[in-house]
Amino acid sequence: MDVFSSLMDGFATALTPMNFMYAVIGVILGTAVGVLPGLGPAMTVALLLPVTYALEPTSAFIMFAGIYYGGMYGGSTTSILLNTPGESSSVVTAIEGNKMAKAGRAAQALATAAIGSFVAGTIGTALLAVCAPIVVDFAVSLGAPSYFAIMVLALLAVTAVLGSSRLRGFASLGLGLAIGLVGLDVVTGQARLTFGVPLLADGLDIVVVAVAIFAVGEALWVAAHLRRNPLQVIPVGRPWMGKQDWKRSWKPWLRGTAYGFPFGALPAGGAEIPTFLSYVTEKRLSKHPEEFGKGAIEGVAGPEAANNAAAAGTLTPMLALGLPTNATAAVMLAAFTQYGIQPGPQLFESEGPLVWALIASLFIGNLLLLLINLPLAPMWAKLLQIPRPYLYAGILFFATLGAYSVNLQAFDLVLLLALGALGFMMRRFGLPVLPLILGVILGPRIEKQLRQTLQLSAGDPAGLFSEPIAVVIYIIVGLILLWPLLYKLVRRNRAAAVVPATGSGATSPREVGGSISHGSHRADGPADGDG
Amino acid sequence: MSSSPTLASRLKGRSELGVVLLLGAAGALVIADAARIVTPYSQSDPVGPKTLPFIVGGLLLVCAVFLAVNVLRGGQGEAEGGEDVDLTHPADWKTVLPLVGAFIANILLIDWAGWVISGTVLFWGSVWALGGRNYIRDGLISVALSLLTFYGFYLGLGINLPAGLLEGIL
Repeated sequence: MDVFSSLMDGFATALTPMNFMYAVIGVILGTAVGVLPGLGPAMTVALLLPVTYALEPTSAFIMFAGIYYGGMYGGSTTSILLNTPGESSSVVTAIEGNKMAKAGRAAQALATAAIGSFVAGTIGTALLAVCAPIVVDFAVSLGAPSYFAIMVLALLAVTAVLGSSRLRGFASLGLGLAIGLVGLDVVTGQARLTFGVPLLADGLDIVVVAVAIFAVGEALWVAAHLRRNPLQVIPVGRPWMGKQDWKRSWKPWLRGTAYGFPFGALPAGGAEIPTFLSYVTEKRLSKHPEEFGKGAIEGVAGPEAANNAAAAGTLTPMLALGLPTNATAAVMLAAFTQYGIQPGPQLFESEGPLVWALIASLFIGNLLLLLINLPLAPMWAKLLQIPRPYLYAGILFFATLGAYSVNLQAFDLVLLLALGALGFMMRRFGLPVLPLILGVILGPRIEKQLRQTLQLSAGDPAGLFSEPIAVVIYIIVGLILLWPLLYKLVRRNRAAAVVPATGSGATSPREVGGSISHGSHRADGPADGDG
Repeated sequence: MSSSPTLASRLKGRSELGVVLLLGAAGALVIADAARIVTPYSQSDPVGPKTLPFIVGGLLLVCAVFLAVNVLRGGQGEAEGGEDVDLTHPADWKTVLPLVGAFIANILLIDWAGWVISGTVLFWGSVWALGGRNYIRDGLISVALSLLTFYGFYLGLGINLPAGLLEGIL
């Protein structure tokens, strides 16, 4: 089989001693940084981007593969042991996971999360290997009008479906697109938003933007609201599971994977919806429904698997279409571009060995995670106790170093601070970060497709609808945009007085509750939008 | 900020109008900048360099208007929580401003004094701003981190961070 032999070649590349070492480094770095409070996988990749410039692309992406899964895993460890999920995708894991940890079953919660991540990640990566070439076959037949439509869909879906306020999502998207405009126009060479500053002519470096928004913004935000009383970290030994735990975990793992991968692979990807759906399903199917809310292992196993399968699914549109749908994929896309590699249908043709080495190293990274992290869990738990001044000073220090080393210009640090202040403001006023990052990265690409489309149709706007796929996608876009109106109508007819959940300023358990009810709104969105 | 809680809460409710201003200003700026561009109509590029800026600027302005309405009607963005974030107390500028100060010091120093010195100032200043008071240990860690990253980048990655004043010593 073609896929199989390509994949075997990929394994051959990824398993050379040097590349294997990079995979190990990636997994350890990814987990370590992912465990640290306040640091997610996207920021990990962004901070480590400059470090990988000295490597050749294949080694760099093998390392990214490790960082990607490692960061995911690290995040779930944090949410189980601290009950304050740093990322929206681990919100659901924290509910039952932290209850289990408090009931003295932290070892089992971490074990089911780790093994579930491994199972879901492996199945998800296998599906990625099978699906990506199919998507590519399909994608090569698409022209600029369809690409334009798909990108519009991805931007709108991420903006309108995820997050609690659509308005604030669109505001964030607009800011991102504006940042993406800065620099010389590729076609005409006209300067846009450069204000005569020559240093802006090449546009804002995506590494600087990502590091500023994720790392500097986060460090400033946490500094302004630093917890005075340190959190209670639940001590944990080596993770293990009893026979009963295995019996209760394996089905949720598989069901979670089944939810996670398709949602991740959709242009409106994201792990929030599948993790939530998985939680609800497990609660309904469980033989121990009374344990839910008190630490049911199914409630950790399912959502964790969904989370990791979604992470693998996200890579399908990223590699096959050049379309990132979460922050980590967006930063990885930026990394590809830095190496002069354009993700998209041609990628499998032009950079086949690199792609298959990347996919192979996803399998390897997954296995390494399991082997390394089960014994190391107690050490990761200790990382959670790192003194906060050192942690956040360190984030600023490495953010500065990373942004500076791209071009060795102090001017980039000025941008870093300015955009960091923007990141701070966005956190303060509830503007989601993801639409901004996607706007910065997809803005120039979407403009290119738009111009090509209208060039083909000699300026006739009807050219936008010249491909059937494009028309179908615009209908979906319309449904997504109109959904809140329809939803309001339905709700008004039911006339049910539902108290909207407000999470701000609440204590941790209530905060989790608030986020979940947001999740349920979100969960309704795409299900109907796609139907 | 020692005003009565009612005034404080009212100010807090209004502060989001700053976001409205920012969005509006950004939108106006994008549109004004695009309007300034002069390009002849070209058959090979009917969209031109001005279309997307107009759309983006329009989007920002529309968002600004809707957000203004939303905020005046009592809508509020939900501040982001997190592992180390405690939203029960107001923003602590006494921590943030020194932190920004350390950051700016680094920007000013990096090309002249070099990374080892400016990085030390950045890390030590940040730790101090965040409440670290173990001056000697903090200082040792700062110097060690700066030196390690300087040599790490030079030897491991082939990136020459500026040596600045310590040129010749390092």
